[in-house]
Amino acid sequence: MGEHTVRSFDEELKHVDQVIRDMGDLAGAMVAGAIRALLSSDQALAQNVVADDTIMDAKQRELDNSAITLIAKRQPMAQDLRAVVGAIRMAGDLERIGDLAKNIAKRVGAVGQSPTPRNLSHSIDAMAQLVLGQVRGVVDLYVARQAEGLKELRNDDQKIDIQYTAVFRELLTYMMEDPRNITACTHLLFCAKNLERIGDHVTNVAENAYFVVTGTQLPLNRPKVDETTTAVSA
Amino acid sequence: MNIMTEKSLEDAVNAEMNRPNEPIKMRGDQVTVHYGDKQALFGVNLDVRQNQVTALIGPSGCGKSTFLRCLNRMNDTIDSARVGGKITLDNEDIYDPKIDVVELRARVGMVFQKPNPFPKSIYENVAYGPRIHGLAKNKAELDEIVEKSLQKAALWNEAKDRLNEPGTGLSGGQQQRLCIARAIAVAPEVILMDEPCSALDPIATAKVEELIDELRENYTIVIVTHSMQQAARVSQRTAMFHLGYLVEEGPTDKMFTNPDDKRTQDYITGRFG
Repeated sequence: MGEHTVRSFDEELKHVDQVIRDMGDLAGAMVAGAIRALLSSDQALAQNVVADDTIMDAKQRELDNSAITLIAKRQPMAQDLRAVVGAIRMAGDLERIGDLAKNIAKRVGAVGQSPTPRNLSHSIDAMAQLVLGQVRGVVDLYVARQAEGLKELRNDDQKIDIQYTAVFRELLTYMMEDPRNITACTHLLFCAKNLERIGDHVTNVAENAYFVVTGTQLPLNRPKVDETTTAVSA
Repeated sequence: MNIMTEKSLEDAVNAEMNRPNEPIKMRGDQVTVHYGDKQALFGVNLDVRQNQVTALIGPSGCGKSTFLRCLNRMNDTIDSARVGGKITLDNEDIYDPKIDVVELRARVGMVFQKPNPFPKSIYENVAYGPRIHGLAKNKAELDEIVEKSLQKAALWNEAKDRLNEPGTGLSGGQQQRLCIARAIAVAPEVILMDEPCSALDPIATAKVEELIDELRENYTIVIVTHSMQQAARVSQRTAMFHLGYLVEEGPTDKMFTNPDDKRTQDYITGRFG
């Protein structure tokens, strides 16, 4: 894409884009940190993730301010308009991803103090790696402006949903085996739910990024799997 | 159950955006214009649909005003101008020798960039057209036309107590609405506007834009504008010109969010070299 006649317009757009990248990187780092803290019962790391959320919130405010000022000053059109509106929406989802990572980090202590936490938490590992891959992937694809990749990534969310159902069943089994596991497993269940929600926010980011890049919306329906309700009755 | 599928919903939205059912009021078919040796328009095909606002955009010298001026044969007044191709109004060739140009310009009225009221009273500015076209049988009828035209142009309330004062004494925005009233007074079918707001302040511009929206009920409007935001606000369809060619034409909503042509994209986003 060529440059604007007014060069400061380009700089302002670049700034908005940069803040989204920063937020995406931070979201990836927070999710990775929260998962590592959970799997290795690392309290210090968990504290870092909680602290990072303040940075995330500040970044979102910075983006809101820049985007709104840009709209007021430049009245962007076409791909510029999409980039700015898309950035505002993506920032909302990235900020929520940060919140959910923080929530996982906060549970590290509670899980860690229970008698048999570490074996149980490994059931989440596979799911966590999927989610982390999605979070990092969506930002990379947005930065690289790869529409097709974003479409695939959005559909990949169903893998997380399937994994979530598996984790849910597994934790349920642990709880039935030994009621002393219930506290830890309940916290882990919330962690799994948070990871699943992070996956949903990633699909939102992917949808917005796709719109920014192509100017068209992805179809409303995407494959969705949530079998936890049937797992309960089974 | 009658649930709209996503596909049919999408189709409905597209249909609403494109309004393919509105009849074509004017059609340009391979329109070319030469000013002397210099060609200003190259084979432009453009449909103007009834009761819609069609915006013509593009950088200076792109041919948008030239095309607009073809639609009521204003280019006839320029000796060196030669118009080729075919332009129809309700399927009638307007360049047909049998066409009465004066009558054509009554059917296809024009509002210019700078408000240009006649140096006469407000009343006379509006009454002049109907009078020479014989649209009023007596003074009472003429009074009625003047009042209705001023009302339609949203100027009546401001002007009704000063109808005998000179039109040039009005503010710029009021003068432009007076010119619109003057165009409306001869009961045109199409109104051409050549940057009607470029000399007006934002409030006067908003009034004219509001007026354009209302006029669309009864008239077909073609507007040339340099303001992207104005084109996006007032028009249903937008045509982008560049170097004498029609680059792209489509529903305004699409043109300003996701245009197909790179030149359109560069122009509306302010990237033109």
